[in-house]
Order: sequence, then C-alpha cells, then structure tokens
Amino acid sequence: MQHKIHDAQKNSLGFWIYLMSDCMLFATLFAAFAVLRNNTFGDVSLGSLVNGGYVLTQTILLLFSSYTASVAVSNIVTGSLKKVIFWLSATMALGISFLVMEINEFTQLVHEGHGWQANAAMSSFFTLVGTHGLHIAVGLIWAGTLVWLANRRGLAKVENKLKLFSMYWHFLDVVWICIFTVVYLRGLMS
Amino acid sequence: MFGRLTVEAFKHDFVAMGGALTMVLVAFGIVAALTYYKKWGWLWREWLTTTDHKKIGKMYLYASIVMLLKGVADAGMLRAQQALASGAGNGYLSSEHFQQIFSAHGTTMIFFVAMGLMFALINFVLPLQIGARDVAFPFMNAVSFWLFVAGALLVNTSLVIGEFGAAGWLAYPPLSELAYSPGPGIDYWLWSIQIAGIGSLLSGINFTTTILKLRAKGMTMMKMPVFVWSVLGSMLLVIATFPILTATLLMLSLDRLAGMHFFTSAFGGDPMMYINLIWAWGHPEVYILILPAFGIFSEVVATFSRKRLFGYTSMVWAIGVITVLSFTVWLHHFFTMGAGGNVNAVFGIMTMIISVPTGVKVFNWLFTMYKGRISRMTPMLWFMGFLLSFTIGGVTGVLMAVPAIDFQVHNSLFLVAHFHNMVIGGVVFGYFCGLIYWFPKVFGYKLNEKLGRYAYWFWILGFFFAFAPLYVLGIMGATRRLDHYDASMGWQQLFIVAAGGVGLILVGVLLQVLQVVVSIVNRRKNLDKTGDAWGGRTLEWSIPSPAPIYNFAVLPVVKSRDDFWRMKEEGTTVKPKYEDILVPKNSGKSFVIGAAAFMFAFGLIWHMWWLACLTAVVAIVVLTVRLSDDETEYVITAKEVERIEKSRRPHAA
Ligand SMILES: [Cu+2]
Repeated sequence: MQHKIHDAQKNSLGFWIYLMSDCMLFATLFAAFAVLRNNTFGDVSLGSLVNGGYVLTQTILLLFSSYTASVAVSNIVTGSLKKVIFWLSATMALGISFLVMEINEFTQLVHEGHGWQANAAMSSFFTLVGTHGLHIAVGLIWAGTLVWLANRRGLAKVENKLKLFSMYWHFLDVVWICIFTVVYLRGLMS
Repeated sequence: MFGRLTVEAFKHDFVAMGGALTMVLVAFGIVAALTYYKKWGWLWREWLTTTDHKKIGKMYLYASIVMLLKGVADAGMLRAQQALASGAGNGYLSSEHFQQIFSAHGTTMIFFVAMGLMFALINFVLPLQIGARDVAFPFMNAVSFWLFVAGALLVNTSLVIGEFGAAGWLAYPPLSELAYSPGPGIDYWLWSIQIAGIGSLLSGINFTTTILKLRAKGMTMMKMPVFVWSVLGSMLLVIATFPILTATLLMLSLDRLAGMHFFTSAFGGDPMMYINLIWAWGHPEVYILILPAFGIFSEVVATFSRKRLFGYTSMVWAIGVITVLSFTVWLHHFFTMGAGGNVNAVFGIMTMIISVPTGVKVFNWLFTMYKGRISRMTPMLWFMGFLLSFTIGGVTGVLMAVPAIDFQVHNSLFLVAHFHNMVIGGVVFGYFCGLIYWFPKVFGYKLNEKLGRYAYWFWILGFFFAFAPLYVLGIMGATRRLDHYDASMGWQQLFIVAAGGVGLILVGVLLQVLQVVVSIVNRRKNLDKTGDAWGGRTLEWSIPSPAPIYNFAVLPVVKSRDDFWRMKEEGTTVKPKYEDILVPKNSGKSFVIGAAAFMFAFGLIWHMWWLACLTAVVAIVVLTVRLSDDETEYVITAKEVERIEKSRRPHAA
C-alpha cells in the first residue's frame, strides 16, 4: 500500500512537470501570434473577424466545465460512483459543445476566405487556438476512458487518474483565458 | 495510395547509391542473422519489450554508436570533397549531395549521437547513484527510447528512399520552405527531430521526477553526487526548451503541409522569428549536452585523484547559474542579422558572463587534483584532453561574443572550429570518459586499457589536425559549407591537413571498435568481481557489476556525500534483510508506439495521408490501453532476491 501512495505522488509531480512544459509550448505559440497578429498582408484585421458574444459563450461553457470537473473530483470522497460519473459526463458535454462551437467558427472563417492560408496572422491564429482545441479533444478522450474505467473497476482504481485529469482540464481553462484575452479581447479593442 | 512516393525516390547518383546500398545491406544482414540464429524471440523478450533502465541505456548506446559511425563517415566525405575541390578540381560530390551531407552530419551528431550517448549514460548511472531501483516511469523511458530510434531510422531511411534536407542542420527558412525546398528532404529532417525531440522531452520529465522523488533515504539535495546535479540542470533545460523546438518545428511543418505562412517570405511570414525561436532552444541545447559531461568529469576527477571533490557547493551553484543564464544568450548566433548595436552588446556581455561559472568548474577540478594521488587511466586522459580543447574553445567562444569580432568571422570556418572544440572536446570527450568509467558497472568487465590509450592519442591528435587549420582558414575568409573554392585563395593545403586530421580521428574510432572487440574477447581477465572497479565514492559502486535487475537488494540509507566512500571507511557490515521487490513488467506497447511514430512520419513526408491517420489512431489506442492498465509490475520474492545476491556476491559474508 505504501508503494501505491508513493506512486500517486510520483505521478502527480511528473504530470505537473509535463504541464509546465506544455506551458512553454503554448508560450511559444503565443509569442508567434504576438509577432504575426498584424501581418495580414493587406487582408482585414483579425479584430474585425471576432464575434464577441460567440467567444464569450465558449468561454462560459469552458469555465463551467472546469467547475463540473472539480465537483466530480470532490465527489470521490463521498464514494458515490453515480455522482462522479454524472459530473464527469457533464464536463464532457460542456467540452464537446465548446469544441463544436470552435469547429463551427473555424469553418465559417475558412468559408469567408479567412482560412489559415490567407496570411501569417491567420496562420498563427488557427495554430494557437487549434492547438488548444486539440488539447481539449485529447481531454475528452481521456474523460471518456475514465468514465468507462470507473464503471468497470470502481472509484478507488480511478481516483488518482481523475485528479490528474482535473489538473489537466483546469490548465486548459487557464490557457483559454489567456487566448480569450490576448487573441479575442485585444482583437476586439483594436 | 503512395502519395508522392514514386520510383524516382529510389534513383540516386553514383555516390549516393553507395550510401543507399550500404544501408540496405546492413539492414538485410541484421534480419538474415536474426533469422538464421533464430533470435527473434530472444530479441523481442529481452530487448524490444524491456522497461529496465540498464537495458534501455545499452540500447541507446548501441544506436548512438551506429549513428556515430555514420556521422564520422559524413565528416570524412565532406572534408575529402573540400580537400579536392579547388580551382579546376570539382571533387567527387555534387553540390546538392554535399549540402545533404553537411545537413545530415550536424543533425546526426547532435540529435542521434550526443543526445543518445547522454541518455545512455543517464540511464546507466542516475538511478544507481541515487539508490533507486528504476526511473520514475519505466514504460515512458522505453517510449522515449523508441521515439529516438524512430527518428534515427528516418534519417537513415532518407538515404534509400528520397533525399535528406539540404538546408543545414537547423534548416533556416525561407530556404527550408516549400517554395525553395519542395522535395521530401526537409520533411525527413523535420519529422526525424520532431519525433526524437518529443522522446527527449518525455525523458526530461522522467529523469527530473526520478531525481526529485526516488532518492534514497537520507540523500538530501546537497548530498547528491554532482553528476546527479548536472543531470537535473540538463533535464530542467530539456523541459523548458524542447517544447520551443516542438512548437517551432510544428509551425514549419504546417507551413510545408498546410500552406501556412509562419516563416514564408510572402503573405506576412517572418523568417527571422524562426531564427530566434530555434536558437532559444538551440543555445540551451548546448548546455543540455555539456552539463552531464561536467558531471562526469566531477565524478571521474574525484575518483582518480582519490580525494573528495573540491568546492562541491560552488560546483552546484555553477550548474544552477549556467542553467539559468543559458536562456539569455541565444542572440549571439545572429549578431549580424540586424538586431542593432545595443541589443548585440547586451547579448555579447551575457555570453561572456556565462563563461564565468564554467571557469569556476575548471578550477574546482584542478584543485581536486592538487595534491591528489592521481592515476592516469584512460578516463583521466580524456579529461586532460577535454581541459586543453575546452579551454581553447572557450577562449575562441568569448572572442566571438564580441559582436565586432563576430562580424568578421560569422559563418566562417572559425566558428565551425570553435563549436567542434566545444562539442567534440567537451561533450564527446566527456561521454567517452564516462563510458569507460562506468563500463564495468554496466557490462561487468573493464575495457582494454592499452588500446584505449592508442585510440585516445589518435583522437586528440586528429582532432587538432582537423580543427586548428579551420581557425586559420576562417580568419583567411573561408566560409563554412563550401563545396568548391577558387585556387587563388590558397586554402587547399590547409584543407588537406584538415582532411588528414579527420583520417586520424577515423583511425581513433576504429581503434575504439577494436578496443571493444578485444575487451569482449578477453573479458574473463578484466572481470569486475567486487563491483567497485576503480575505488569509487558513490552508491553505484556498492552493488555488484553488472547491476542485478532490481539494482539494490536493500535500499541504502545515506548519511553523507560520497556515501559509499564513507561506508568503506567505516567498514560496517550488517547482515542484509531482504524484502519482496516490485519490478516493472515488460511491455511491447512502447515498441509499437515507436513503430507507429515512424510510420506516421513516413506518411506525412510522402503525403500518404491514410497511413498517417491510421498510425496516429494506433498510437493513441495503444497508449490509452496502456494508461488504463494497473497491473504493470511483478514481484521478485525476498527468497529469490537472496538467492540472486548470494550468487552475485560470493566474497561477501
Ligand atoms: Cu549559443
């Protein structure tokens, strides 16, 4: 048993370190965006393409999903498998709606001739936001696997995995807040 | 079905055909031998599926040696061309092929030789030095290794199918963009180091966690061996900078695959951003490689001077300072590219400052040797060679840190000579030193001393003959990467001397191969029966050689720095109490992930989208299955441990 506790500490430290390195990945993409955001090569500016209300909805969905994820984790103590799975599923539903909205936004932009090939600013926009979206997609697969595992093996077996997932999900939330501020709000204001 | 892969990809000119045929023959030979001796099952059970850090280290070593031979052959071809191609002589290589070779040479040597040898050494030594039974994440360790192999294999595949990049080892855009390099060469370069780089990043996470969480009881941070400190510094740099490399390569590949415009010369792209980003990774990378070498020298000098290391605390601080400062100097790689006088001055001064902690280390080693009982075994020889070469390289480096001087020698052979002084004289000599030192711990017997000496002298002489002329040539105005120059320049003699130097190094390498062969044949004479081959000071020497699967039958409790030395001085022998030990199970999944990564990259390089999608799905599914698995370890019972220990330590009470 000692061994397993040790494992949990090891895993969460390792995962923390991974998140820090992921921070650097996003920092690099943010830097690229900051350099290229005005390089539209004569096209319209990024700011004029942003729909404030739409992005705000996305933000609220994601923030709320972070809340449901933490409720799922706090329900581990109660030992109620049903509650954990319910809140985890809610998290997934919110995450999926976020992702659908993002894909919808992307398709529209491409349709209107503002795809990633249009100019350097659009390239950096799609890459930064898309990389976050890809992370969300990975998180959804992870959450789905956890629901399945919890059903089959019981709560105790997935407890640590669930905590790591929630760390990951909160991290993506923070990254999104940065994207919301740097990409969208700043775009709207200029 | 096959994307842009056509029969054309298999057609090469005469010289390139030689390389391709060699590759095919070697691959065919290995497959034939394995089949003939019916060794496939053994290979799979003992090696391909292993999660044991010692075996993974060995595989890193073998793969890196193969890549080293390839990289040295590249170097020989380059210098041979330059010795011949003066005036009317055109040499034997086409310009295009020459460019591919120097790009491949740099890529191979940094990513697949230096990084590979570093991870080999860390795998061999780190868990043993901190008194741990394995790394923090054994399966992830295996994944890292197989991603490394996938990358190395991509470089070699480019010899046979298609071509390699021809834009240098860092592939500056816009030359590396689709408009100027439409072929698959740059894509081979991109994906080989992207995949190997992700493997390195995972290793960084793994070893950092190992150091922070798995140290033996009582081993506080300030009781860790200096090698462990140096690995910690290096791995923190990996964690911080390899994501920059990953993102930068991602952007370049999106430019090439999806028609984006990060670094293109039109549509608002910014090639200069690539130069900044790649060096924000590239300069720390130099320290990622050199820090463990510093750690190795610290262990070797202390052991062979039979004294404790002088200035442990200052050594630790120097490592820390280098780790932090290495982020603040990247711009010195492009002083000439228009940053302006003030910016250049700042980065020039930072570059000079970072040489101070390095100097501290050199003096610490010298003071360690002072009044020590120094034995002049081969590891010490490599250390002395390092001191000489690294000092010269350091001086020329500080010279170039002055922007005004850099403007004169930028992109000249002077620079090439400088960084080879650092990377060969520092990194490679350091790793050779470490490999000879820890060889008995890994394989159970010492290497042949005499042949090791011969190899060393050929290396060091060849090294100075190969690179001293380059300093002169650089000052005479010879730029790097020339496949031809005018006879009136008067460079040819110096180039011939340099080529001769490479020849001497080649002899050194062959002597090393011979050394290993002779050592294997005569291994009975050089067995390390005590486990303490050199009179070592740290924990790895307290267990039998080669280390048993679980490393430590009884986990040590550390009381001081150089804890094994203390144990020997105190001479305490307690009857060991054995316990059940959990050991990670083998798993074929790491190998499958590596294979999938290789096929994924191959699909993207040749635009076979179905292959890329299919292998991506395979990798994700395999990974998910593995991460859902809880039963990843098995038990070695206390009885079994006792039996193994008794057989391994016949002399112990
Ligand atoms: Cu540098």
